[in-house]
Amino acid sequence: MAENGIGASVRRKEDYRFITGGGQYVDDINRPGQAYAYFLRSPHAHAAIRGIDASQALAAPGVLAVLTGDDVKAAGWGGLICGWMVKSKDGSDMKAGPHPILCQGKARYVGDPVAMVVAETYLQAKDAAELVEVDYDVLPACVATDKADQPGQPQVHDGIANNAVYNWELGDKAAVDAAIAAAAHVTKLDFVNNRLVPNAMEPRAAIGDYDRASNGFTLHTTSQNPHVARLVISAFVGVAPEHKLRVIAPDVGGGFGSKIFIYNEECACLLASRMVRRPVKWTAERSESFVSDAHGRDHVTHAELAMDRDGRFTALRVHTKANMGAYLSTFASCVPTYLYATLLAGQYKTPAIYCEVDAVYTNTTPVDAYRGAGRPEATFLLETIVETAAKELGVDPAELRRRNFIEPSAFPYQTPVALVYDIGNYGAHLDKALELADYAGFAGRRAKSEARGKLRGVGFSCYIEACGIAPSAVVGSLGAGVGLWESAKIRFTHTGVCQVLTGTHTHGQGHETTFAQLIADKLGVPIDNVEVVHGDTDKTPVGMGTYGSRSLAVGGQAIVNAAEKIIAKGKKIAAHLLEAAEADIEFQNGSFTVKGTDRSKSLGEVVFEAYVPHHIPQGLVEPGMEETAFYDPANFTYPSGTYICEVEVDQDTGVVEIDRFVAVDDFGKVINPMIVEGQVHGGLAQGIGQALIEGCVYDEAGQLLSASYMDYCMPRADGLPDFQIATTETPCTHNTLGVKGCGEAGAIGSPPAVMNAITDAIGVRVSMPATPEKVWRALQNRQMPQAAE
Amino acid sequence: MAKVSMTVNGQNVTRDVEPRTLLVEFLRQHLDLTGTHVGCDTSQCGACVVHLDGRSVKACTMLAVQCEGAKVMTIEGLAQNGELHPMQAAFREHHGLQCGFCTPGMIMSAIDLVQHNPSPSEDEIRHWLEGNLCRCTGYHNIVKAIKAGAASMGG
Repeated sequence: MAENGIGASVRRKEDYRFITGGGQYVDDINRPGQAYAYFLRSPHAHAAIRGIDASQALAAPGVLAVLTGDDVKAAGWGGLICGWMVKSKDGSDMKAGPHPILCQGKARYVGDPVAMVVAETYLQAKDAAELVEVDYDVLPACVATDKADQPGQPQVHDGIANNAVYNWELGDKAAVDAAIAAAAHVTKLDFVNNRLVPNAMEPRAAIGDYDRASNGFTLHTTSQNPHVARLVISAFVGVAPEHKLRVIAPDVGGGFGSKIFIYNEECACLLASRMVRRPVKWTAERSESFVSDAHGRDHVTHAELAMDRDGRFTALRVHTKANMGAYLSTFASCVPTYLYATLLAGQYKTPAIYCEVDAVYTNTTPVDAYRGAGRPEATFLLETIVETAAKELGVDPAELRRRNFIEPSAFPYQTPVALVYDIGNYGAHLDKALELADYAGFAGRRAKSEARGKLRGVGFSCYIEACGIAPSAVVGSLGAGVGLWESAKIRFTHTGVCQVLTGTHTHGQGHETTFAQLIADKLGVPIDNVEVVHGDTDKTPVGMGTYGSRSLAVGGQAIVNAAEKIIAKGKKIAAHLLEAAEADIEFQNGSFTVKGTDRSKSLGEVVFEAYVPHHIPQGLVEPGMEETAFYDPANFTYPSGTYICEVEVDQDTGVVEIDRFVAVDDFGKVINPMIVEGQVHGGLAQGIGQALIEGCVYDEAGQLLSASYMDYCMPRADGLPDFQIATTETPCTHNTLGVKGCGEAGAIGSPPAVMNAITDAIGVRVSMPATPEKVWRALQNRQMPQAAE
Repeated sequence: MAKVSMTVNGQNVTRDVEPRTLLVEFLRQHLDLTGTHVGCDTSQCGACVVHLDGRSVKACTMLAVQCEGAKVMTIEGLAQNGELHPMQAAFREHHGLQCGFCTPGMIMSAIDLVQHNPSPSEDEIRHWLEGNLCRCTGYHNIVKAIKAGAASMGG
């Protein structure tokens, strides 16, 4: 292994600036002459806008402009789009209502931007916004996911009947119906997958900067995918041709999906900048983030799992209603369909699966991908129903799972829900997790808890995820508006510095380190001589960004492929310098060597010769050492794992304490174990947060009651356990690195493990989040009949 | 406008500010010390923690004018002559940060903990961090970093 190469827990290259206050996030950037924006947002979930009078605001100190939907219309700019076409089962296109940059005639959720005030200072803009008079005609709001498509509900978009976005299906319904009819046992459950707010610690921000000389724009924004932002803002909003729009995302303070999407505010800052001829900066206050960052999850589901006499799964039937909020956000449509139903086979060889999804509009904040995106919802459903089935059959939950696992010899394995798993060994991580969790000792621990008046339970989750998104032709056939390949450019300088320009972007994952390790491993360049460049459409090749645990499996492979091209070119030069045949040159540990001899040239010498080609005959190679690769994956990657959670419940208070949490994951090859463990920790915290404390609460009028850190419960240090983490390894078969991706696993696998443990402890199911109040009430209800006896 | 003077990271500074200017706005906008972050508007997240006369405070919850004559230390003032403070070094060594946004507040808060309690237990560290939110790390490695940082601070 090269020093600091693949497999080493290298300390992160990016950390120095973050621990010394030198990070540069969008809000840390100030442009000369910059003005500030404040967005006036609808206080109503649903209202017709009869008029906007900005005259007083315009007269207020420092105010430069007040923009409304009319200004966007006058500029000839369009609205935001959803980039994934999902078709209903009758073949019709999904119903995408218009999504204006600033409201045009109607506000459709609390937080919908109605007007934008631009002033010399932020506080002047904010003060002046109070002087903008908006004449609202408040309308009844449609809020509840399960009722949104029922007759008589308020209509979110004109001309879209019953708020129905699409009615989509996947799988063989007839086969599933027949199998369920013939089953020895059917477990039936209803689920609510609670709506969450992503809550990246850095609030969204944008600086729009119009340049009169070039008639072009620069947008600094908090983005996970600057090129996708440029594409959408250019081609669909119609701001400027792509070459007239530079998008820069500097350090990004967490995203978890919420910074994939293209948002109103960044487009409005561009327009305002052109109008006032100055850079215009906006930074969200946290209260704005709560109502304007796309939310996650929000499913209502009924599921039935059929099995034969031996507890072998024969069919799974699922019906889900998915809340899209008031508008279709950038990738919203694919989350409860292609990122959800395709995962319903899990780790099991269930032969027949059918899933039907009704997506609905409501007068709530748009919902889109949040860490895991569809896969946590699928895993929660599947792993809860499997555990419930085990209880109903009186079989150990680990044993029932093992009985239904796809065996290691069965790969590649075609599931009944479109995916082909390339590799896995599910028994391996189950065994390891059972051992680490001391499952054998559970009964003893439960008895001890009971002796102290506490209830103890254990819960499992055996998850699978599809990541490394994604083969372009496959996603194209499913409705994606883009290809999901990735790009990389490796550029050496005269002095041997290696720049790696990648189309992915980091928002905390440590790409500057992991990608440098790839270079150290493949090219033998010390990581201190490697600079990873990302997040700027003018610097990097066109790329698709970071989400869906794709950066290493797709972007990393592009880097490796570019490195192979560097080696191939270097061999030509080295062969000439060493007076040998190209076929006789080997490259290892940063040196080109003539096979079987000690004659060699270092990569640095070869690079220097490429730039100072005094000894290279004309026509042998082009000068310079810079290579680009685009990589389109052949398949998704399929990380899997077993999570075991053990909880203790206080019967008097309903408080759930996690006593132990074991996570054993198979991520294939691991480049930097320290970083991978960190990704798992963070995912687990978000999944445990969903299970125990997090959840959006809307009232009937569509007011978000949980719209601040005073009201939305975030995981804190004293509510989480010390995690026990381990890995097993089956290398991915279709990338040369053998990697799968690790960013989302924790959030996907953990909620059912926690909830199954609580059910095991208290004997009844409660919905997420399992707050102390909910658990306490469940215990009271459970105990009442006993008290009556 | 109000005139306010204080010592920030050892430098005397005087500025004219609007009376409603928060300490964090003063640091970020008037002094360009952008290492102190703003992550919420309800004093919950702790991304803005700095030291005021040696004690940790949330810079979003104080007015700049309240700090007249005070000594303020921010994340930028911790490393001396290019040498990291032991708590900074511990965060790097133990992977106590990912996106880095909460990190300055975490480090400033952790140093104050160790000043109060030179050898905190894991439970004490977790309890102390109730005023600091992190969305990336699950706190696991932050707790380990603080424990190690406390040890190398001499606890």
